[in-house]
Amino acid sequence: MKFLTTSALALMMATGAMAAESCATGKTLTDGTLTIATGNPAFFPWVLDDAPEAGKGYEAAVAYAIAGKMGFDSDAVTWTRTSFDQSIQPGAKDFDFNLQQFSITAEREEMVDFSDPYYTSAMAVLTTKSVVENGAEPTIASLKDLVWGAHATTTALPMLNELIQPNTAPLLYGDNVDVTAAMQAGQIDAALFDLPTALYLSAVVLNDGVILGQFPAENTPSPDHFGLLMAEGSALKPCVDEAIAALKADGTLAAIEAEWLQETTGVPVIK
Amino acid sequence: MPSMTRRQAYEARQRRRATLIAAGSTAAVLIALIVLIPLTPGWEAVKHSFFNARVFEKTFPGLLNAFVMDVAIFAWCAPLIAILGLLLAVARDIRNPALYPLKLFSIVYTDVFRGLPVILVIYLIGFGIPGLGLPRPWNSPYIWGSLSLILVYAAYVAEILRSGIESIHTSQRAAALSLGLSSSDTMRFVILPQAIRRVVPANMNMFIALQKDVALLSFIGPVEIFRQAGVYKSLMANFTPYVGAALIFLAITVPATRFADHLMNKQAKARS
Repeated sequence: MKFLTTSALALMMATGAMAAESCATGKTLTDGTLTIATGNPAFFPWVLDDAPEAGKGYEAAVAYAIAGKMGFDSDAVTWTRTSFDQSIQPGAKDFDFNLQQFSITAEREEMVDFSDPYYTSAMAVLTTKSVVENGAEPTIASLKDLVWGAHATTTALPMLNELIQPNTAPLLYGDNVDVTAAMQAGQIDAALFDLPTALYLSAVVLNDGVILGQFPAENTPSPDHFGLLMAEGSALKPCVDEAIAALKADGTLAAIEAEWLQETTGVPVIK
Repeated sequence: MPSMTRRQAYEARQRRRATLIAAGSTAAVLIALIVLIPLTPGWEAVKHSFFNARVFEKTFPGLLNAFVMDVAIFAWCAPLIAILGLLLAVARDIRNPALYPLKLFSIVYTDVFRGLPVILVIYLIGFGIPGLGLPRPWNSPYIWGSLSLILVYAAYVAEILRSGIESIHTSQRAAALSLGLSSSDTMRFVILPQAIRRVVPANMNMFIALQKDVALLSFIGPVEIFRQAGVYKSLMANFTPYVGAALIFLAITVPATRFADHLMNKQAKARS
């Protein structure tokens, strides 16, 4: 009897030790599952076909890789959707972490927690063929004279003021589709996006879309780092950072990037 | 006060008593709110997100600056709405059978534009018409966005004016005609002056609503106060700029509403 109790105790301790291996145990919304949020809708090339469950697209693949490192199988991952505003509202969050190309800024850090960056994007100038035919060139001097547009709830606007300082005040829109509509209507000449989004918009959404040039992250004073968003003071942050560091170290993150984000070397660099 | 009768003294006492009770109950409610809300567990987080003094200080000047755009859009839209609304209302009242197409146009116009959500009209006209290939500056979102507001609001104002016109008793029309006025003179000198005066308070309400709907133009590009607040919100992940924008709106709309109430009271007194 005594032997039985000790062995049972030993077994319990062993399983306890196994569970303790995962840093995230007991820190998630629901025990044993990881709840991940993304945008509604989620856009190409970050998530393919608005179906993150399939793990296709850069952010969907990154999410599953991070979950894997944190000790969650892919069937232990559930997805939810939030808008930007929902993700920063005060009160309890309904996700463990949220990824939808959130740029890390010092001011946002005061309200929510960000993981270490999982992607650093170049910024690209999206325009149309007719603007290029009218003489727009990938130089700062030429870009200053264009009429600019940007998605209002992104860091594109401060980037625009920092990198280009246009001569006329930019027009701002609620989403990427409205920016392209304004470009199609000739109300703006060009808009600034992260490079993967710009490539998608120029290829798929915009008629006669052209990527005039890019500002590579290493040339940018405060580059656009994407981080996972978590509730302020989230206990999960160290686990997530650890997982991202491991993915960077073993080359997984670079492999996912190579698989899902298009080749970007063909785009001229703006000087 | 020797001149006060017993009745007056009694009434004065009653008034004092009512004032005291009103003050007491208001104070009780306020104290309850001030004490109870901060006791809720999420109050600190809500305060940090919505009533953040540092964010407020940083963004308020930019918001005030952007509000100039709202005022400008309002200033050029309001007179055009009044003119178009008046034309539509008069067209609606046409009694000459040969001019029936005008009347029909007015009816269809108000039906359509009153029935459409403002934001749809703004998208359709603001992106659609410039998309046909207009050159700059004629494709400006300011022009076409303002036109959308004018078209929608004129439909509402026309209906208000029509109700004013119909509230003038037919006997006045008959009397004017019997005095030898033409039907257009009857409208101009007899009906409209009374009708417009009667619907001034209702129209004031429309213009207060317009003041707020100007913000919808931000959907097609112009950076007015609502958009500017959205930009600050997203850069700081904080909703305080919206509260700042709300305060600026209230500073304009509350006095305007009081003024409309005052006009309405004055009118009610004049009629009784």
